[in-house]
Amino acid sequence: MGKWFEGTGLEEDVVVSTRIRIARNLKNYRFPQRMSIDESEKLTQEVLNAMKKLPRDVNYKFIRINSLSSTDRVVMIEEHFISPGLIKKPDHSSFLLREDERVTIMINEEDHLRIQVLLPNLNFEAGWKLSSEIDDFLESHLSYAFDEDFGYLTACPTNVGTGLRASAMVHIPALAMTGHIDDFIKGLTKIGLTARGLYGEGTKAIGDLYQISNQMTLGEREEEIINKLKNVIYQIINNERDVRNNLLGKRKNEIEDKIFRSLGLLKYSRRMSSTEAMKHLSNIRLGRAMGLIKDIDFNDIIKLMIQVQPANIQRTANRQLSQEERDAIRAKIIRDNIN
Amino acid sequence: MLCQICNKNKATVHYTKIVNGEVEKIHLCDECYMTHYHFDFDTAFPFHKLLSGLLDSMHEGYPKDKIGDIVCPFCNLSYSEFKQTGKFGCSQCYEVFKSNLVSLLRSIHGHNKHIGKVPKRGNKRIAKEREIERLRMELEKLVAREAFEEAAILRDEIKRLEEELGR
Ligand SMILES: [Zn+2]
Ligand SMILES: [Zn+2]
Repeated sequence: MGKWFEGTGLEEDVVVSTRIRIARNLKNYRFPQRMSIDESEKLTQEVLNAMKKLPRDVNYKFIRINSLSSTDRVVMIEEHFISPGLIKKPDHSSFLLREDERVTIMINEEDHLRIQVLLPNLNFEAGWKLSSEIDDFLESHLSYAFDEDFGYLTACPTNVGTGLRASAMVHIPALAMTGHIDDFIKGLTKIGLTARGLYGEGTKAIGDLYQISNQMTLGEREEEIINKLKNVIYQIINNERDVRNNLLGKRKNEIEDKIFRSLGLLKYSRRMSSTEAMKHLSNIRLGRAMGLIKDIDFNDIIKLMIQVQPANIQRTANRQLSQEERDAIRAKIIRDNIN
Repeated sequence: MLCQICNKNKATVHYTKIVNGEVEKIHLCDECYMTHYHFDFDTAFPFHKLLSGLLDSMHEGYPKDKIGDIVCPFCNLSYSEFKQTGKFGCSQCYEVFKSNLVSLLRSIHGHNKHIGKVPKRGNKRIAKEREIERLRMELEKLVAREAFEEAAILRDEIKRLEEELGR
């Protein structure tokens, strides 16, 4: 797990990951929502045949959703390889996962094809280049549904045009502490971006992780969409760092107490719920960014956040667990990783 | 208080959600909160509700059944079904419902014309037009920084493409 997350990248103290997704559909097939099993199988075979023409040194694993246990389906979501939408119709849907786990091609999600590139930290240029190359390759072997006026045609009118959703996941605990997150989210909406907490629906996201992405897909070039988003991400990075410095200057004792309490709990607890774990892991990530904690990598903390998700724990244990057992295993995984 | 989903564990996560203007109190256990509310990267908000709102306001004054009449011959989706779900049934739907879509797309995206990437296959003409546009922008940059030799090469390339297009 977490293979896509190897190495370190740009702005890692704030930006956790960069994700590029392109939606594409094939001509002459109904959209997945209205497909028969035969039709979706025919389409799947067509995509697989195209994939056979890839150069030999590029390896993808092909996985059908109905071949996965219900736990493994959720694990794939927790690891961010696939979207929750892909497991809704298990007999129709499948995906291709590249060896390095940075590329997923989802088949029959809401659209016939969803190409996803996931990179650690801030890396829009490489993300766009890679996803566009995969798109070019697929396009040279498949007939895409495309309209001169509306661009790439998608099942939902919110994706039509470029079919592009670019996003960055940011860790902004200091901004969250100021209590202005709601205003911040509203402000982004006004400039055509959306921000959402990664875990949970409330306005204050567990783990202080937020996904920022473009909302509009039609009428702007892909590079423009990505540049606009990137500029905003840089503003967020600067804001977050400013607030962190401020906190460290004015409320040092309070912040240190908060961070080291979390570290203590992570080091010694014998039971920990996932929301609690997320909260404390977020605090020590902040501590790492402030230089208060030294011997742990930013990306290792994120890996741990994924590892302690319920389905991941279930899979590690490889048997049905009660909530208490899960909390105990979670506390142990954390103790083993934080020292 | 017990969790609303599993009715087994103690509810530890409490928050308020606003659905269609109505306030709903949510009480969940930790596990259900994390497993049932998986973050979907692609749906930023309950879009189809907003969409049917948009469509309704757009069609005021039209006789309702007249619009409901249009049915896509390829996937059998009617326009009224599209209004309910906010999702098309196939790519032909765009052609079938085209006259209604321009203003809808404009209200969603602020634009109604694609100017981004184009598939190379079967769209040679648009691909060439886009390439010319791109090269022209490139050319301006080169001229601005007085890279005249490179600019001359680009100018020839643009000319060649334009000739191919029969201009
Ligand atoms: Zn529950
Ligand atoms: Zn149709």
